[in-house]
Amino acid sequence: MTQVNYKAPTTTKEASRLMAKAKGSAFLLAGGTDLLVRMKSGLIDPDLIVDIKRIPATQSIKKNDGKYVIGAGVPCVALGKNKGLVKAWPGVVEAANLIGSDQIQGRCTMVGNLCNASPAADSVPALVAARAKAVIVGPKGRRTIPVEKVVTGPGTTSLKKGEVIESIKLPERGARSADAYLRFIPRTEMDIAVCSAGVNLTLGAKGIIKQARVALGAVAPTVILVPAAARALVGKQLDDAVLAKVAAACEIACAPIDDKRGTVEFRTEVAGVLARRAATIAYQRAGGKL
Amino acid sequence: MTADTSYTDQEFELVGTRPVRPDGIDKVTGRARYGADASAPGQLVGAILRSPHAHAKIKKIDTSKAEKLAGVKAVITSADLPDLTHGNRASFDILENCMARDRALYDGHAVAAVAAIDQVTARRALSLIKVVYKKLPHVTDVDEAMQDSAPIVQPHIRTPGGDPDKPTNISQISTFGHGDVEAGFAKAEVIVEESFKTEQTHQGYIEPHACLATLGPDGQGELWVTTQGHYTFRNICAELLGLEVANLKVTSSEIGGGFGGKTHVWMEPVALALSRKANRPVKLVMSREEVFRASGPTSSTSVDVKLGATADGRIVAATATLRYQGGAFPGIWGMLGAMTSFACYDLENVKSIGYDVLVNRPKVAAYRAPSAPMAAFGVESTMNLLAEKIGMDPVELRILNAATEGTKASYGPPYGPIGIGATLEAVQKHPHMRARLGKNQGRGMACGFWFNFGGQTCCDLNIGVDGTVNLTVGTVDVGGSRASLSLIAAEELGIPYEKVRVTIGDTASLGHNDTTEGSRGTFSSGMATIFAARNAIEELKVRAAQTWEIDAKHVDWQNGQAVARGIEHSNLGPLTLEELARKSPTTGGPIAGHNEVVADGAGVSFASHICDVEVDPETGSTKVLRYTVVQDAGKAIHPDYVEGQFQGGAAQGIGWALNEEYIYGKDGRLQNPGFLDYRIPVCSDLPFIDTKILEIPNPNHPYGIRGVGETSIVPPLAAIANAVSNAVGVRMKHIPMSPPRILKAIKEQQAGESQVSAG
Repeated sequence: MTQVNYKAPTTTKEASRLMAKAKGSAFLLAGGTDLLVRMKSGLIDPDLIVDIKRIPATQSIKKNDGKYVIGAGVPCVALGKNKGLVKAWPGVVEAANLIGSDQIQGRCTMVGNLCNASPAADSVPALVAARAKAVIVGPKGRRTIPVEKVVTGPGTTSLKKGEVIESIKLPERGARSADAYLRFIPRTEMDIAVCSAGVNLTLGAKGIIKQARVALGAVAPTVILVPAAARALVGKQLDDAVLAKVAAACEIACAPIDDKRGTVEFRTEVAGVLARRAATIAYQRAGGKL
Repeated sequence: MTADTSYTDQEFELVGTRPVRPDGIDKVTGRARYGADASAPGQLVGAILRSPHAHAKIKKIDTSKAEKLAGVKAVITSADLPDLTHGNRASFDILENCMARDRALYDGHAVAAVAAIDQVTARRALSLIKVVYKKLPHVTDVDEAMQDSAPIVQPHIRTPGGDPDKPTNISQISTFGHGDVEAGFAKAEVIVEESFKTEQTHQGYIEPHACLATLGPDGQGELWVTTQGHYTFRNICAELLGLEVANLKVTSSEIGGGFGGKTHVWMEPVALALSRKANRPVKLVMSREEVFRASGPTSSTSVDVKLGATADGRIVAATATLRYQGGAFPGIWGMLGAMTSFACYDLENVKSIGYDVLVNRPKVAAYRAPSAPMAAFGVESTMNLLAEKIGMDPVELRILNAATEGTKASYGPPYGPIGIGATLEAVQKHPHMRARLGKNQGRGMACGFWFNFGGQTCCDLNIGVDGTVNLTVGTVDVGGSRASLSLIAAEELGIPYEKVRVTIGDTASLGHNDTTEGSRGTFSSGMATIFAARNAIEELKVRAAQTWEIDAKHVDWQNGQAVARGIEHSNLGPLTLEELARKSPTTGGPIAGHNEVVADGAGVSFASHICDVEVDPETGSTKVLRYTVVQDAGKAIHPDYVEGQFQGGAAQGIGWALNEEYIYGKDGRLQNPGFLDYRIPVCSDLPFIDTKILEIPNPNHPYGIRGVGETSIVPPLAAIANAVSNAVGVRMKHIPMSPPRILKAIKEQQAGESQVSAG
């Protein structure tokens, strides 16, 4: 950390321009809960930091035509304070609110969590299950891509030089829909997911599941969608047999590593358990009866 | 000064009450000054280069580029800390641990250090130091290190009684016990035998090691440091740097936790050597990563226990084999494990063998009742296996076999009055033992023992002109001892608690005080304070006698005032401490008391813990639902801080039992040197920890005090293991019982059961 050039533009376009023309290492700063830790521990030594918190578009939670747009600079604690958002997307909010501690919650953001590109990011499986999209501003203009297309591997994203995520868009929420997110940590808080599951369901008549998305975290190089688990749910009422199929499908989809946080065996087994439990919670939230 | 230290069953006004601690406001407002909170004009920032290898020969260190960097004021290697230990191997080991010589012995071992004008320059200088290593084979596991083919950590080590020409990693074998265990097992109707493992843990104090060192070319120096024993630090630093002890003044800062880890020097001699070379003050503060890699965690262990009993539960033979790794230097940890293993029980035939083993890990330091928790885990788990096998209540089994006054301890001496039986009976009667358990829940209990220690102690008590009192002690306050010592001084003098202010004196202001370890702070400085206060009272009586112009023999000290005894003096009204203090300038000058003592006779302390857990059978996750500590304190001077010690030990034990562990890769490097992946419990991981203080007076202390700080960490590993085993129906034998280990044990049990039913 010799000399850092710090910029705080007021438009996303300007942020993109600064990042595009940057020489040396350049980083975007939202909450800083990953960036500053990495700087302090000497892992990175940025030449340029572009703070996006002065950009109005990154600072708000808006609802347009039933779709929520969450700015890239919105701290996670603000998500839990937005009653409409909590009602529509309880799983996304509970995932985002699990990150770090109370102090971290006041700073950390979902887009930061996404772009840090950890396979264990808490908010990402819930966003993927929710069919969330990332709104990107870059040198060639704006584009919108599904959240699952952002992260390409541990620590890497598909964003090109100069591209900045401005916001996250959640789709319109129909009736009898709900999501849920669960993670496994050895402690009760202030920890990183050993494995995790996000489930998003829409029910039809008699509690029959019409649509389902199941995403898992920390069991592969990126968060993964498990279509086989969704297929096991669609067209069914939730019962133990269906849940067993969901868990089995998730276990098959897992490709985790052995490391200090968990074994292959443990992650695989528990990912299935969490998917089963998250599906049960989402089903009940959507009005399904067990 | 010697005095009668016997217990006297004194009646107390203040001792046993719970006033606010004197250091509380400083700590909650941030005014308290810790190790990293001192600065000096012209100070430099120190930084240490550490080995990235578990074991390597250091072929060459080139510091020339670092020395040329602008802003760098000193670069040192082992050449700047020459061996002045004159053949004292223990001192040389400390020196070698502070700075590697020809070999790096563990991941994180210091190999060079710099002092520069700021942190950025210091870090850059480290990156410019070129070290040529030749990697050597390494070993980090205690059982592997004992094998014949294991890489040798220290070539000069020989197994005692073994081949004098063969290097080994076993530095000591310690055997304790009495009777004839073979004969005992032959008589036994039931025998149980089991093996256990525990992983390495760190004390996890929140404050990293930090110091500010000044050492001039005249050989005069000062050291401000976070430590549990500044006198010990002074003596060691003076020896390693070739100084006279009087020329090195060491001041202990406020301490943010030590638990044994701050009884040893780690980098303080390096800071002094940097300061000597740069001729400027040097501040050296470890990062959390450095604390994990290069200070002193506790041993990882491997323990075998065998118990033989009659069918009605009387233990007739007990053996334990305990293997403790001490890191890269010889330790006493296996010996302490062997001494403590069976201390709770009255055994006719008992034998324990402790092995001290070297591995390529950081030098092990004391951690709260060092070595006892792992031994207790093995023994107390096996006690439950025995209870299951003979169909007896585990508390009943322990009561039947508990040591009592007069029992010959398994480590040698006979016991005086002790509290193991009383804690067990309190457990048996406790409502916790009868509370209902739900699904997936289990209950366990276990006992623990710690010796406690007294040691050299010296204090001053000065009475100010307004009648307030400065008490200066030399034992660092690690757990609220200033509050307790204020209570004791106020009790003896007969003045309010608020009139006493306790200071921890630096090494220039008092005679030698041993380190605050062995739960000795309140025990030993409490003893010295009593005698210093009584010493001051003698002088107060002389001053009163002088005022009254009577013989001092006729003056008594009662309730904070001098009283003239006898009908002939009935016209003389009492003189208060404050009145005497105000007159002191004209009656002979300042009034003070002093005491120095070797506080022998630290009373042993026993505890019994009860724990309820709930285990998620699908994830292996354990929640501690309820926890109760019952412990003998001898006499609780300030019950809040006694309870705090009980709770703190239990909390650390819960972390150790469930999640904390050093994780080494195949490369011998520590993979989790941070609080994210080294998981100490957070508040929400713990239940309220209930406490019950028993008071069985220590006959060797005027107030009956026993040390209380350490015993509380001894039972938790076993109590929680017994509870988890009870909840899941599988005996847990490997600490920590992390979720993957528990889930694996459950799955293996289920697989075994389905095989049995299939067969």
